[in-house]
Amino acid sequence: MFKIASAQFLAPDIKRFVIEAPRVARKRLAGQFVILRVNETGERIPITIADSDPGAGTITLIVQGIGKTTKLLNGLEAGDAVANVAGPLGKPSHVDKFGTVVVVGGGVGTAIAYPTAVAMKQAGNRVLSIVGARSKELLILVDEVEATSDRVFVMTDDGTAGEKGFVTAKLQELVEGRVDDEKVDHVLAIGPVPMMRAVAEVTRPHGIPTVVSLNSIMVDGTGMCGGCRVIVNGKSAFACVDGPEFDAHAVDFDVLTYRNRMYLPQEKEALERFEQARAHSDGSPCKLDQLIEKNTGA
Amino acid sequence: MTNPLTKKERMRIPRATMPEQDPQERSGNFNEVALGLMAEMAKQEAARCLDCKDPTCIDGCPVRIDIKKMCALVCAGDFLGAAAVVREQNVLPAITGRVCPQEDQCEKVCLVGKSKKHKPVAIGFIERFVADFEREGGHIKLPTPAPATGKKVAVVGSGPAGLTVAGDLSLLGHQVTIFEALHELGGVLVYGIPEFRLPKAIVKGEINNLQKLGVRFETDVVVGRTVTVDELMQKEGYDTVFIATGAGLPRFMGVQGEQLNGVYSANEFLTRVNLMKAYAFPNYDEPIFDCRGKNIAVFGGGNTAMDAVRTSLRLGAKNAYLIYRRSEVEMPARIDEIHHAEEEGVQFMTLTNPTFFHGDKRGWLTRITLQKMDLGEPDSSGRRRPVPREGSEFDIDADAAVVAVGTGANPIIGQTTPDLKLNRWGYIEADEQTMRTSKKGVFAGGDIVTGGATVILAMGAGRTAAKSMHEYLTTGEW
Repeated sequence: MFKIASAQFLAPDIKRFVIEAPRVARKRLAGQFVILRVNETGERIPITIADSDPGAGTITLIVQGIGKTTKLLNGLEAGDAVANVAGPLGKPSHVDKFGTVVVVGGGVGTAIAYPTAVAMKQAGNRVLSIVGARSKELLILVDEVEATSDRVFVMTDDGTAGEKGFVTAKLQELVEGRVDDEKVDHVLAIGPVPMMRAVAEVTRPHGIPTVVSLNSIMVDGTGMCGGCRVIVNGKSAFACVDGPEFDAHAVDFDVLTYRNRMYLPQEKEALERFEQARAHSDGSPCKLDQLIEKNTGA
Repeated sequence: MTNPLTKKERMRIPRATMPEQDPQERSGNFNEVALGLMAEMAKQEAARCLDCKDPTCIDGCPVRIDIKKMCALVCAGDFLGAAAVVREQNVLPAITGRVCPQEDQCEKVCLVGKSKKHKPVAIGFIERFVADFEREGGHIKLPTPAPATGKKVAVVGSGPAGLTVAGDLSLLGHQVTIFEALHELGGVLVYGIPEFRLPKAIVKGEINNLQKLGVRFETDVVVGRTVTVDELMQKEGYDTVFIATGAGLPRFMGVQGEQLNGVYSANEFLTRVNLMKAYAFPNYDEPIFDCRGKNIAVFGGGNTAMDAVRTSLRLGAKNAYLIYRRSEVEMPARIDEIHHAEEEGVQFMTLTNPTFFHGDKRGWLTRITLQKMDLGEPDSSGRRRPVPREGSEFDIDADAAVVAVGTGANPIIGQTTPDLKLNRWGYIEADEQTMRTSKKGVFAGGDIVTGGATVILAMGAGRTAAKSMHEYLTTGEW
């Protein structure tokens, strides 16, 4: 069992955990992930390591509650424990002195990109961060990003914070040289698949090296099953051992998109059951009971 | 008490039939298919043994179990005595009794079966019987380990080779820790071989025995990532390391469309169902493709392919096809499993190979183009090479496919242990007699050395390695 040292929501449905995992903490490099299982009947899921403290033996995970497993996880508090944490897995981010690096984070992607952004800064790059979210309340880690970047551009879909627009709009301005004297040498983009795909298309005509971190479905995370296979440069690659970062201009985003949809029916069913069970356990009346009452006058 | 029957009387006894779940019923559940012999049946089967002066069966066994003695003791009703004899050479008898390809090993050379008019002694059934008897009665007498030597051994991988080395070295007084990448112990015994062939409770039982001997386990440790081999030896004080990580790299066929939704490697398909219990979704969270009423095509001819296709039936497949490029005679799978698959309704398409996986707009597999094959000259494996027949292509509807054509070496250890010599296919080079690798203090055995093989061969390698490692720990000479 891996104990949770601290757990706090950063935004609705986005929770930051500090978990005791000394072996992982000692070896982890930016860009790597863990495979986590919440309990004995749980599935194995990949979560990027947002930070680690080798001295304290802890790792930080930032989790967005979307389906059953992540919502179940986000219901845990300090003092609880998760059944399994295996890692660090995947190739670490390729960090080098490129010049000016633009880090584009969409939603929880900001948390995933953050450690690599820090590493890029430490490597002597000028780091421009674009942080995007649907609205103000869904922005995370803005202070942390500001503290470690040379410039930060906050973008919200609805304009409730920063500038109104998609992160790609700001990136477009940057690559076209329309933001002061900024020029772009390297881009790292992490976020929803449509966002990463859009980023690739913004930088492709300008020939700017662009890296994305793929969120494929995984089971073991060690290269043993091939469930996470993606098509890169027309050939099969495993996101868990060849990635998770890949050249954005070589990734077949169509394949990634449809492969990530493979279990939609099961995910929907699991989430519905989970929500129903949660609704019952919080004391609210069962809809079926209410219906029976209504129909039988009992 | 010796066998009172004459040789002629023994030959007249027909070979025992293993009681099994009815095929219709069992293709809808994951319970064990073979139910095990009853005591009287086991005694009678053991009485068929001719007590050969020169027991060829022992030569046929990769770990040289004294099969003749086992049969004599079972015949006399001393089941525990027989189990003890088996345990002298075999630390996992309940497992090998179920999964060994006896028809290629001990039973192949049994003299009773030589004449072809009679079937060989059912050595596997007997081994399983004594192991189950011992375990179910709570009678397993574990030997007492030798006094602690102060030496520390790291075993990488908790499959059959790793478990064997751990047991043997623990008995010799060394402190052994097994590191396992997954969250459960057993390796291929739990993720690869289905419940209906090898109940997990049996594997757990063997692992509990190891714990009683003092073996320590750490799960969720991916050696090469969580900790390297060098770190184990230089920072964590391990005097020697045994690498038994198996052949855990899935192989695909290189056919167009293999990335479509619904196309699985056998490793993934079986891991979801066996290890993660996806057949019990939604009580277990890991999902698997919904096979109910669907057409499932499994490619391959080994035990893994049989396991996958029989699993797809149990998941509700309407049509479960086993598609193999050679003929049935060349199939490497255990003969019992081929028969079980046939009885359960698997449809065999031999001398057939896929050329294209077709999908729809949403990326789902819909159809597979297949091509007939003819058998030509033998290839390097000694089996006749399949040659595509021009113009013989045809399509079948398929909703999911499982590729079970073999595995390769997982590269993580090779990539993170620079002075560990690998052969050109990525397997670890290890001396056949000593199991030593190119790296001082590091030994290797099982599928990571040989490529995908059997549980008993991995166990045999573990036995050899343990002796060699003990010598190294004692003498310090490399």
